[in-house]
Amino acid sequence: MSPNESVTMTDDTGVDLEAEFQASNIQELLDQLDRELIGLKPVKTRIRETAALLLVDRVRKKLGLASGAPSLHMCFTGNPGTGKTTVALRMAEILHRLGYIRRPDVVSVTRDDLVGQYIGHTAPKTKEVLKKAMGGVLFIDEAYYLYKPENERDYGAESIEILLQIMENNRDDLVVILAGYKNKMDQFFQSNPGMSSRIAHHIDFPDYSPDELCAIAKLMLDAQHYHFSAAGDKAFRDYIVRRMSMPHFANARSVRNALDRARLRQANRLFESMQTKLTRDDLMTLEASDILASRVFAQGEKDID
Amino acid sequence: MMTNLGNRVTQGQFSFLPDLTDAQITAQIKYALSKGWASSVEYTDDPHPRNTYWEMFGNPMFDLKDPAGILMEVNNCRKTFPNHYIRVIAFSSVRGVESVTMSYIVNRPKKEPGFGLVRQEGEGRMIRYTIHSYATDKPEGERY
Repeated sequence: MSPNESVTMTDDTGVDLEAEFQASNIQELLDQLDRELIGLKPVKTRIRETAALLLVDRVRKKLGLASGAPSLHMCFTGNPGTGKTTVALRMAEILHRLGYIRRPDVVSVTRDDLVGQYIGHTAPKTKEVLKKAMGGVLFIDEAYYLYKPENERDYGAESIEILLQIMENNRDDLVVILAGYKNKMDQFFQSNPGMSSRIAHHIDFPDYSPDELCAIAKLMLDAQHYHFSAAGDKAFRDYIVRRMSMPHFANARSVRNALDRARLRQANRLFESMQTKLTRDDLMTLEASDILASRVFAQGEKDID
Repeated sequence: MMTNLGNRVTQGQFSFLPDLTDAQITAQIKYALSKGWASSVEYTDDPHPRNTYWEMFGNPMFDLKDPAGILMEVNNCRKTFPNHYIRVIAFSSVRGVESVTMSYIVNRPKKEPGFGLVRQEGEGRMIRYTIHSYATDKPEGERY
């Protein structure tokens, strides 16, 4: 963080928010977020608001106005495959650009990395992880597993205690992001009120609509130099709608798995038509038949991811 | 010990300078991290210069990327042993080096009584000299 400039300030000292904004380079990041993440309107709005708050705080600090180190700990809730991890990575980048963390790194952990297996094992283990994450972002996936109310001798509580202590005392060194399913996280916060009050930003990730999922699929295919044929596009839309009503639907993750399987079938199809001459376009195109062969279209059969 | 008034123990780096501040310690740790050295915290209450193996405070901190974690351990150690000598060492694991590359004191007792000169009569009229820390007259843990 830049040190306070020792210039005498009056109430009408000019503030160049624009210049500050340009200097931090976050517009580029926010644009990238818009481009690469489909949908997620509320999430983007919250990130924009958070970035604005941090920027204004920074300017206030420069002008010698009180700006207590803002609490940056966050909680991302949402169904599987809604982009929580991806957004966490971007968030780290934004916080780094604004100078709130020293490295744009995210250390991603789950319960196994924090909670020990016997008495006295948990505290050093948790501390070790926290020390590794310092200066960056600690991302705790499926954070609700930390606390198991049915087992009062579970070591998770000890881990939470240490976590809380560090979250409070080392606010300048560490940003903690918790992630998990909405209802389970709500339960988690209910049984750990201390945790809830220390987290300022609760961001809820909505499910994607079929249109958004199709857009995501196209983005994924683009990155791998594939595209749908016109019929393939229609078939995939149909696939998405059917798949959404089935159990274990994991939004973008299911889309990625479906595309992986489609590529497999495409490769197989090309392999079987070996005698015909293939063009570059043939290698890139996913046809309707590659998608329609999915088990999702077979009546009464369940697809498994 | 002409330049070292006040009986300050001078071991390792920076020991003739005033005590390092937290910001200065952070800068040193950052340097060690930039070289890929693992830092660790050690303490003792025996200031004899030949006492090279101090007690370890926790394990050496491998794989850390940020100085804040190590400084946190330093402060923990200071809280536990406010009146001991505490040093931070950096270890280089480069093949062929594999030894301590930095060592500096980050905490010392409020009062350092210093060392006395001990004379021992040897054969003939020979005299052997050695130094003895006044602090070590008392048992371990009660010295400062």
